[in-house]
Amino acid sequence: MSAGAGCSVLGILAVVADASKPMARWLTFYLPPGPLSGVSSMAILLWLATWIILARRWRTKTVAIAKVNATAFLLLALGILLTFPPFADFLQGK
Amino acid sequence: MDITLRALITLIHGMLFGTFFLMAVYGLVVELFRSAYVEQPSNLCSKGYSLERFYLICTVGLGWAAVLTGAYVVYPWYRAIPPAGVTNLALYPRYLLKSSAATAGWHDLGMEWKEYIAWMAPMAMTMVAYVLTKYRLSMREHPQVRTTVLVFALVAFGAAGVAGFLGAMLNKYAPVNGGPTIHLRGKSQ
Repeated sequence: MSAGAGCSVLGILAVVADASKPMARWLTFYLPPGPLSGVSSMAILLWLATWIILARRWRTKTVAIAKVNATAFLLLALGILLTFPPFADFLQGK
Repeated sequence: MDITLRALITLIHGMLFGTFFLMAVYGLVVELFRSAYVEQPSNLCSKGYSLERFYLICTVGLGWAAVLTGAYVVYPWYRAIPPAGVTNLALYPRYLLKSSAATAGWHDLGMEWKEYIAWMAPMAMTMVAYVLTKYRLSMREHPQVRTTVLVFALVAFGAAGVAGFLGAMLNKYAPVNGGPTIHLRGKSQ
């Protein structure tokens, strides 16, 4: 689930950085790679944070694996789609 | 036989880290498919499990090495801004590609896609390695877990494949060059 979440956040932030110059500047954590530094760092942070939180919450629970899988796959598909430049440009009306 | 330092590091990023990651993930995908059809699940000895764990850790390490060297070492060279008045864009690959309508697409689609999708490969592979290491028995008892692991392994392979292909094409049309020249063999130019 967290891997899917990380991938979808990567895609969302990629589109946001491309669409908004102020956001691109905010996501420039390190100047040489530009906004990529912030997009990737935030995606990794959220991936790891989700992993830790869900691991603690679900440690003693039985989860509906089919629902978890479906959600993870959806998030993954969203991330893949949003990182595809023609689709990202389409969303921005370019 | 000379090579510049930046070209050598780009080579290490793509041909060492990236290519070996792709090969390792491919082997894992084949093994995951194969394991779905075994009649008698194999039990490894403790050394076998250690070797398996070592393989998975190395694969994950290669993936992260590829994206981190790519994003923080090679990519800054790629997107470097040429000083005012510079007409030879050979040392400024991004600007070289965008200077011609025939090659601009390699940046607009190629690099714009590669720089983000590549990150999915080590994220997905880390999940795969973790589940395979910690929940090995669950794979037999819960086929859905195997399916999830297989899908994410395929995503890791696909993402790395896209990034690798685009990287190779970008380096073909606008190679990352510069820095000191390293003389490998023969007479220096």
